[in-house]
Amino acid sequence: MSKAFLSIENLTQRFPSGKGEQMTVFENASFGIEKGEFVCILGHSGCGKSTIMNILAGLADPTSGAVLMDGKEVSGPSLDRGVVFQNYSLLPWLSALKNVTFGVAARYPEWSKAKVVEHSTKYLSMVGLDGDAIHRKPSQLSGGMRQRVSIARAFANHPKLLLLDEPFGALDALTRGTIQDELLKIWSGTSQTVFMITHDIDEAILLADRILLMTNGPFARVAESVEITIPRPRKRDQIIDHPNYYAIRNHLVHFLATRSKELAGQQTGSESNTPQTVRIDRLEEAKGDDSDDPRPASHLRAVNE
Amino acid sequence: MDRLSINQRAVILSFVLLIGGLLVWEASIPAQKAASELTEYERLTGGGAPKAGVPPPSQVIEKAWQELSNPFYDAGPNDKGIGIQIAYSLYRVLSGYFLAALVAIPIGFLIGMSPVAYKALNPFIQVLRPISPLAWMPLALFIIQDSNASAIFVIFICSIWPMLINTAFGVAGVRSDWVNVARTHELGPIKTALTVILPAAAPTIVTGMRISIGIAWLVIVAAEMLVGGTGIGYYVWNEWNNLDLTSVIFSILMIGVVGMALDAAFGRLQRAVAYVE
Ligand SMILES: Nc1ncnc2c1ncn2[C@@H]1O[C@H](COP(=O)(O)OP(=O)(O)O)[C@@H](O)[C@H]1O
Ligand SMILES: [Mg+2]
Repeated sequence: MSKAFLSIENLTQRFPSGKGEQMTVFENASFGIEKGEFVCILGHSGCGKSTIMNILAGLADPTSGAVLMDGKEVSGPSLDRGVVFQNYSLLPWLSALKNVTFGVAARYPEWSKAKVVEHSTKYLSMVGLDGDAIHRKPSQLSGGMRQRVSIARAFANHPKLLLLDEPFGALDALTRGTIQDELLKIWSGTSQTVFMITHDIDEAILLADRILLMTNGPFARVAESVEITIPRPRKRDQIIDHPNYYAIRNHLVHFLATRSKELAGQQTGSESNTPQTVRIDRLEEAKGDDSDDPRPASHLRAVNE
Repeated sequence: MDRLSINQRAVILSFVLLIGGLLVWEASIPAQKAASELTEYERLTGGGAPKAGVPPPSQVIEKAWQELSNPFYDAGPNDKGIGIQIAYSLYRVLSGYFLAALVAIPIGFLIGMSPVAYKALNPFIQVLRPISPLAWMPLALFIIQDSNASAIFVIFICSIWPMLINTAFGVAGVRSDWVNVARTHELGPIKTALTVILPAAAPTIVTGMRISIGIAWLVIVAAEMLVGGTGIGYYVWNEWNNLDLTSVIFSILMIGVVGMALDAAFGRLQRAVAYVE
């Protein structure tokens, strides 16, 4: 793999299992993410998505392998990598605004207090929070509002890489939809690089440029990298009419329902596991085979059934 | 009655209980005979002197009025106003207590953050904690050679444990998510301790501080009875030696009132640092 903006190289993670043995979560996982890309990773619960993300965040060290960002090895957490956790991780004794200024003041220690507050307020209003609500404590906010604060805190810091671990997992479907839209809006204005874990297929298709598919663990692999060939800007009620939508969706569903199990538990030894690129584009297909990628046709077989 | 809120009803009930209690107390004390009604014989045998019985509440109230209207008089070592005695006790309690906080909170932090420190210090804590603070008194008197400082030392010893244990417990229990927030924002160890761990553990720490101040106030009375000289504990004991039960009862009530005020102050602090997850 040529050097991408973010390059994950031969990452292996083992944990001691209960019986004094080693449990390998994943082995020699290798993939890259380009600058400005929005990448989602899909996989069943327990396959190791959060483990990968914690390594990318620098919160945990892998058993072996390396993560390179801008050619430099990641070691320890950094303000260049912002994290939005599933449970929001807001500090409950601080108001919504203070939770954001907490981050901004850490990122820009040279800024005046007024500037920090102004900047934070701006990002809170970008995610639809203003007025009285920003002075409330997290316990006085709804789950959706808390996650908005968490997203505002992450974006306000302009990290080079934004990591989101199932950010909408605890939200109801309607709130989830609105915040996804807000996330898209705020992201499209920044060309921020985003790596997001989700288990919601529709969410991944709406948001991502590319979806990484993980097989079940142990010995999980990032098996495929599926390009989302649906142009932006995307609207949730319009993308379903796009000819590629169901083709891609079926491919993902099929992977999660059956292939993630079939491919699971395959030990590959020392070779590095890079995901196979999958490009599904009905429009290109209809135009005739002017694509120079020889693969789509073979992969479409799995999809059409 | 339905129109009154629960609080209003409770206040009325409290007053009824107070007045009822005082009336029963007053009625159960046999009246002293006036001197004019005494026989010659009774006068000769000293029956006219007020009997050292339990005084009625009216006398205690009168005494309280008298003492509280001039709390800071000083007429020699055995006759000081109640305000001065309480001030001595508070001075000892607060100095021992704050010294204990200065030691207990940093060590509690250390223990809470480091499993090694926890394991290393735990045996000492387990042995030292159950020792009655007064048991230290002879040793303190011998080593420090000063009764006032020994009393402060006893307060220090008894205040330290709840604060130490609660701080360690609170710090160890800080959610790793919050620590991760500090880590992803590249906060240094000092900044993390002050801006994340301290506020997160503050409710537990303040609970420990509140327990400690309560114990310290319990212990100071006993300590001052032992070391003598000044303080509310000494005052109680001295009035008992004078067989002045009115003053004894009055000072018992004052101990309760001051203890309540100390507890209320920490209750307020507790509410100030509380948060809802
Ligand atoms: N600190 C740890 N110690 C031992 N096992 C762990 C630890 N963290 C995660 N695991 C195991 O690693 C696997 C992957 O976990 P995780 O990354 O949280 O999965 P996901 O986020 O995909 O649901 C699980 O089987 C989990 O039990
Ligand atoms: Mg997870």
